Amino acid sequence: MQRIGVFVCHCGSNIAATVDVKKVVELVRMEPGVVWAEDYPYMCSEAGQSRIAEAIRTQKLTGVVVCSCSPRMHEATFRKCAERSGLNPYMVEIANIREHCSWIHKNTEEATEKAVILARAAIAKVNLNTPLQAGESRVTKRALVIGGGIAGIQTALDIADAGYEVDIVEKTPSIGGRMSQLDKTFPTLDCSACILTPKMVEASANEKITLYTYSEVEKVSGFVGDFTVDIRKKARSVDMSKCTGCGVCQEKCPSRKTPNEFNRGLNTRSAIYTPFAQAIPNVPVIDREHCIKFQTGKCGVCAKVCQAGAIDYEQKDEIITRKYGAIVVATGFDMIKLDKYGEYAYEQSPDVITSLELERIMNAAGPTKGHLERMSDHRPPKNIVFIQCVGSRCADERGKSYCSKICCMYTAKHAMLIRDKYPDVNVTVFYIDVRTPGKNFDEFYRRAVEEYHVNYIKGQVGKVTPQPDGTLLVHGVDLLDNHQVKIEADMVVLAAAIEPNPDVRKIATMLTASIDTNNFLTEAHPKLRPVESPTAGIFLSGVCQGPKDIPETVSQAGAAAVKVIGLLAKDKLLTNPCTAKADVLACNGCSACANVCPYGAISYEDQEVRAPGVREIRRVAVVNSALCQGCGACTVACPSGAMDLQGFSNRQMIAEVDAICR
Amino acid sequence: MTKAEKQAEEIREISGSDPWKCMKCGKCSASCPSYDEMDIKPHQFVSYILQDNVEALAQSRSLWKCLSCFACVERCPRDVQPGRLVDAARQLVVRQRGQDYLKADEIPELLDPELPQQLLVSAFRRYRR
Repeated sequence: MQRIGVFVCHCGSNIAATVDVKKVVELVRMEPGVVWAEDYPYMCSEAGQSRIAEAIRTQKLTGVVVCSCSPRMHEATFRKCAERSGLNPYMVEIANIREHCSWIHKNTEEATEKAVILARAAIAKVNLNTPLQAGESRVTKRALVIGGGIAGIQTALDIADAGYEVDIVEKTPSIGGRMSQLDKTFPTLDCSACILTPKMVEASANEKITLYTYSEVEKVSGFVGDFTVDIRKKARSVDMSKCTGCGVCQEKCPSRKTPNEFNRGLNTRSAIYTPFAQAIPNVPVIDREHCIKFQTGKCGVCAKVCQAGAIDYEQKDEIITRKYGAIVVATGFDMIKLDKYGEYAYEQSPDVITSLELERIMNAAGPTKGHLERMSDHRPPKNIVFIQCVGSRCADERGKSYCSKICCMYTAKHAMLIRDKYPDVNVTVFYIDVRTPGKNFDEFYRRAVEEYHVNYIKGQVGKVTPQPDGTLLVHGVDLLDNHQVKIEADMVVLAAAIEPNPDVRKIATMLTASIDTNNFLTEAHPKLRPVESPTAGIFLSGVCQGPKDIPETVSQAGAAAVKVIGLLAKDKLLTNPCTAKADVLACNGCSACANVCPYGAISYEDQEVRAPGVREIRRVAVVNSALCQGCGACTVACPSGAMDLQGFSNRQMIAEVDAICR
Repeated sequence: MTKAEKQAEEIREISGSDPWKCMKCGKCSASCPSYDEMDIKPHQFVSYILQDNVEALAQSRSLWKCLSCFACVERCPRDVQPGRLVDAARQLVVRQRGQDYLKADEIPELLDPELPQQLLVSAFRRYRR
């Protein structure tokens, strides 16, 4: 029989205002196994913990039940307290009488009754608890960063700076990400490439960092500290060790009709290409889908002109398998597709563009060499209208429910840059709200109005109608003046919502990292653990976690790096002892458990089984406790009841249910 | 519940629209072809319902100037659909009068070459029973 102590917390008034804690103490005293019960205003305080420690010693407790907040808050606290007092930490159970009881009930009588029932269930479980020992697992001192944008680069640089090896896997031919497509950055208006390329160079030159560009993560297995990852290095068709980056192949390539992804399809590129001039590595790839040689077999111009003999049409995809201790997701974002927003005529008129397209048009290396012009007739525009919140803050299925966060600032930037360079151009911004929290952000927006006289109008645009003369009639409203506004614009710029990179779903599935309804990766805690995924060993960097601008992304990238460094600095990790275990006597070797195990933790071996009247070799299930995450799927799948979860055995669960139903 | 509150509740029920979802972007008013002829503008409908002031809405010119083209319903990013609120207010008035505002037989006579097509479409939708 256990000797159980029950400790009921008031949590100030959080619990005590709704639950009669004295009555709970009085009633649980009568439960089987309970030898001690008391209440205290704050059990988690030092004084509260010392009461528990004291009772463990004086009452010789073998089990503890704390009736308090959610185990997610303080289970670890009370288990450590028990351990310090010489009690196995897994002999402590929490009855959640705050989140599950006092916070959601108003009636004291009912809430008290429920608190007693919850306590009774925990007591019933502790009666069947057995001491468990946490095992140890090793830590591979190498990190993987998925995505080579500013988030991934910064995380990798910071991890490398601490002395650990780190690999960046980037899907496109070059690192740099979205930031490399930007012309200027707010709120300082410095050139994006000027501040990004030094970081790209640093990442490439750092001997601790390995870049896998034009590569994708294909398979992930293992667990925190010991992941095994397959990386597919797609065939570049160019030998990276021979190429000098002279660029002649790209000049001579006769296939020039492929939409240029880097310029958002505003112009075309050759089939052999580097995405942009400062690309790292500065080695082109052959886009086999658009290459004449690969499609028809006749061409080979690039191979003929390459002085270094670097072109290799025979190159094949390569799979690299590596071990990592930690994985950082930094997959970034894209703009949403605007095909559902017919009213803004984006697909009808080439002069209705997205902000990212404007970014390329304004850039000296862009499709217009930095000249502001209409994509239809290359004439300079006179009237430009910006429309905010296109697809952001939407309640319908056309858009996204969230604020994309960066649009107010980049639109102010665009408006200012245009008014600065082309003072004759009228710039109108239709906004719903101008949201500019951040250091020097609101001042930046005010400058657009006060210094550059950008015309901000409160009201969303209803529709944009392309006119026969090539102009765009913008139907808007001025809600503050209460009249409709019609503007004959010759260029319309849409602040399209941003969304997580569509590939993130696939990657999250591979990592068993959770994502929310908007495909943003979920944090372990939205406030207190914002750069960690609930899946141990997976960390989040940049927009894959939620909309953010460059300063925020860089801060978060550094925070993710610190978490990775903290993990890699450990030689061993304690493993969760609440893993599955097969009873070899009951196991019939049917494989049902192995089939449902999401972690590949179950294998089979022939074991000699001995019991009274039994002595034979049987094929039985064996759980690798380092891989097992304790999800319990196998215990449900097992037809003979041989599989059980330590710390959450079937008997314990039934005892809890019985206690509740008593 | 006061009479005004009851009326507002009725409007919400008939329209199936939730005025609290409105973020005051004004896309409805920007889209409205009858905006200039309205005394209460489409984006203001929501406020009138939220302030339980259905009476003013029922008295307004806007109620009968709305073409029911439903451009606002189509484009509303918050799913508030102000056109449905107006439609509901009209229903309320019609119910109080105990008869339809228009009889289906009267429509051909009222047809005007200048009449916007939306109104026709809308009339068909309204009087299809």
